[in-house]
Amino acid sequence: MRCKNMVNVGRRQFLRGGAMAAAGAAAATVTSAPAEAGAPVPPAQLEYPSARLANIADLKVNEPLDIEYPDADSPGVLLKLGTAVEGGAGPDGDIVAFSTICPHKGFGMSYNSEDRTLNCPGHFSRFDVEAGGQEVWGHATQNVPQFTLRIDDKGDIYAEGSSDLIFGRPSNVL
Amino acid sequence: MGYKREIDRLPIPPKDAKVHNVTCHYCIVGCGYKAYTWPRGKQGTMKNNAYGIDLSEQQPAMGTWLAPSQYNVVKQNGKDVHLALVPDADCVVNNGLTSIRGGRMGENRPSDVMRTQQQRLTDPMIWRNGVWQPTSWDDALDLVARVTARIITEYGEDELLVSMFDHGGSAGGYENTWGTGKLYFQSMNIKNARIHNRPAYNSEVHATRDMGVGELNNSYSDYEVTDTIFIIGANPLETQTNLFLNHMRKGLENGARFIMVDPRRTVTVNAAEEIAGKENVLHLAIKPATDIALMNALFTYIVDKGWTDNEFIKNSTFQGGEAVPLDEAHPAGLGSLEYALNACRTSTAKAAEICGVPEADIIKAAEWIAKPKSDGSRRKCATAYEKGIIWGNDNYRANGAIVNIALATGNIGREGGGCCRLGGHQEGYYRPADHVGRPATYVDQLLISGGGKIHHIWATDHFKTTLNAAEYKEVHRRRANIVKDAMDASASGTREQQVEAIVAAVNAGGLFVVDMDIIHSQIGQDAHVILPACESNEMNLTSMNGERRLRLSERYMDPYGQSRPDCLIAAGIAQNLERVLREMGQDKYADQFKGYDWKTEEDAFMDGYHQGNPDVTYDRLRAMGNNGVQEPVVGYKGGKLVGTKRLYSDGKFDRHGRKDKKALFCAAAYRGLQAPGKAQERATHKFWINNVRANVFWQNQFLDQTNDFIQDRFPYPFIEMNPQDMADLGIKAGDLIEIHNENGATQGMAYPTDTARRGQVAMVFGSPSGSQGNVVNPGVNELILPNYKHTWGDIRKLADATPRSAHVSFKSKEYKA
Repeated sequence: MRCKNMVNVGRRQFLRGGAMAAAGAAAATVTSAPAEAGAPVPPAQLEYPSARLANIADLKVNEPLDIEYPDADSPGVLLKLGTAVEGGAGPDGDIVAFSTICPHKGFGMSYNSEDRTLNCPGHFSRFDVEAGGQEVWGHATQNVPQFTLRIDDKGDIYAEGSSDLIFGRPSNVL
Repeated sequence: MGYKREIDRLPIPPKDAKVHNVTCHYCIVGCGYKAYTWPRGKQGTMKNNAYGIDLSEQQPAMGTWLAPSQYNVVKQNGKDVHLALVPDADCVVNNGLTSIRGGRMGENRPSDVMRTQQQRLTDPMIWRNGVWQPTSWDDALDLVARVTARIITEYGEDELLVSMFDHGGSAGGYENTWGTGKLYFQSMNIKNARIHNRPAYNSEVHATRDMGVGELNNSYSDYEVTDTIFIIGANPLETQTNLFLNHMRKGLENGARFIMVDPRRTVTVNAAEEIAGKENVLHLAIKPATDIALMNALFTYIVDKGWTDNEFIKNSTFQGGEAVPLDEAHPAGLGSLEYALNACRTSTAKAAEICGVPEADIIKAAEWIAKPKSDGSRRKCATAYEKGIIWGNDNYRANGAIVNIALATGNIGREGGGCCRLGGHQEGYYRPADHVGRPATYVDQLLISGGGKIHHIWATDHFKTTLNAAEYKEVHRRRANIVKDAMDASASGTREQQVEAIVAAVNAGGLFVVDMDIIHSQIGQDAHVILPACESNEMNLTSMNGERRLRLSERYMDPYGQSRPDCLIAAGIAQNLERVLREMGQDKYADQFKGYDWKTEEDAFMDGYHQGNPDVTYDRLRAMGNNGVQEPVVGYKGGKLVGTKRLYSDGKFDRHGRKDKKALFCAAAYRGLQAPGKAQERATHKFWINNVRANVFWQNQFLDQTNDFIQDRFPYPFIEMNPQDMADLGIKAGDLIEIHNENGATQGMAYPTDTARRGQVAMVFGSPSGSQGNVVNPGVNELILPNYKHTWGDIRKLADATPRSAHVSFKSKEYKA
């Protein structure tokens, strides 16, 4: 199903990240250790914008919310899964956010709420949102980028990073 | 939780980055890439870069993008340089698409900076003092030559067993097949050779060749303009990914129908349904090993309905009964259509009963293949097959039964047609004529029974991939250890004393093992000398793809460590053999090893392939870029090599070498499970163990075994299993399970899926941590073609899911919008 709810977080709301200077790739590391609230904190080199995506009260289990992160050209999805997952944020450890641009060839993916996967109509790749965006089957050479989430005292959910490079850009923060 | 790369930006190639043509060195499709290299400490900008696009903007779908897996830092002329490997949008093969294999070529290069592929061999090694010690090429080649020369002069060349690749791309190519071929088939007269994936030196498609039809006869564009794509025992979305996505897909979008013959529902079937609609896809999920009965019923029905191409049959196929009788070298007779049909005749009702599919579906398939359109025009049908047939039941007859249909319907040599294997590796075979005979020696059995004293192994790892692997490994290890013990016992002696000790050991049942490879393989654990080879793009390499498209994949980095191209390793062995033989006073024999004064791989290419194809040179191929030229090359005009889009467009068939150039039909009568022991195995075990491939792995995972992204997805070989079967055995997703039968046992990870029928499991082939071949019996056909696909065994649970397998996704592999 296509995401129905749209959270209005445009590019103008973001604090722009640090200048993209000459930089090498960060060395690949295995899954980062879960940090507080279970959210992954990647050793990213970039300074990411902090963007408010929604409030916990806005989320219903397995109802995807369209988001844009780190900017308006980069669509994603915010999900409350209903059961805790590794890397899940929030009091129930079940809130996750992913890019919905397929990391194979950049087609927009849709969320299948039945088996909780992101599916790409371009070349039939699919990713498991309950397994950290792991590619279940497909052509992408990485799992789907997962956004780092922070939840404040009021229950506001902020995206503040990305685990992987987003398709179509040399830097996640353009 | 899935593996995270934790990479959020990459360097940008500057406008003046060097650009090299690259053909992906993995599967037969051979996608085109551009390799950009530039010095460290330098970068392009968002607006000014080698891609010529504004990188400050989000690129659209199919836009140019460098994935982290396509980036690395490699050595070029001794200096570290950035490497960006970007798919080539202008290459007609892939038009900018990447597969999950080729898209990781960058990170699968050895790099001392990025610490990738540190498993690559860097130095020649000799077994010394209980371990492998690095040494010089001169030292290692001297030992290889001294032992080899002693054995072949005293006991004959039949004591030298050779395992060698015959393919293109990774670990192959025209340069390397020629170097090795010249050594073993010209300088020597080796009979006991075998190929990387089968236990003898033979063709996987003897039948189609004997019928006059080379197995790669169409162009990928034929799938785009055909009326029906007919696939038997292949899974192209997984294993020839961009052939499916860039060519078959266009055909389906243009209205083609799709027939798949496979006992298992695969992602290819699902994708075809998504593209063409379920009403245009027919999946014939036959009982295992019954392909021939189905093909014969289709053949019979098409002939009886009069849907044959009579003009083509009259002009291009043999008339007059039997042309080649059934004999030791031909597991079926060959001749005219009537001759073949007499043996093949099978009713659709009988086939439905044998194959376990509805008779109406068989008739529907025949109609989709051959029933003329409403305006009376001929239907075009492109037919393709691969391991389900080649590694399946009764290889020769199954292959022949498929080609019968394509010939009867005039679908070879014409646009929108073709009857082809889909292929595994690329091709790149150029060798002197071999002397192995037909049927060829079953080399694995010869070795197991104590035959051979030396084993030269070229880029093959039978421990992971051969049949009857459990017994093979046990014997190989035992025989190799006899020599290791002898070398340890004579460690302090001179080279002469050591050679004497080795010769004594091989005469006492030992086996002296020389392994040429890029990594320290599993069979390499038995080696006494290890010689490090380099890969494609660490050398220039020529190969052709599945539509015979020949390209030069250019060297853009240095060979890792002291490694060398295989052709130059072969030259080194030859030169050392010449020297040692001369020292031994064997001048005449030594003279046979002249002619290897090659400095580069290009010298080997000119000595081999160029001699047979004088129009083709490196410079001309380089100018043809990633689109190359389709073989056979027939000329050079206007600065371009002239190729051949599809074979047999003149209706003349010559692959069998017959002067009349008439194609032959195959009397491919169905005889049930052909290979010895298979029927008994089926009767005594509960599960059919299908041997399958997965798109994520290239071959036996020789590079992927150290790739974090891949090993995170499948830390152990998957065994797809019906959920009800799992419940009956108390097995949960991710549990470690064992398949066992009288041949041996192997281990993997249970993966529940509805696509697995009750009593059928599908285990991925060639895994480093679970050789499927352990449970495959030694059964082969008359020409020593193995039947890997038909194995039966029982299953038991070994352990609960480990932390590594517990986090893996076990969801359906099928795209669902």
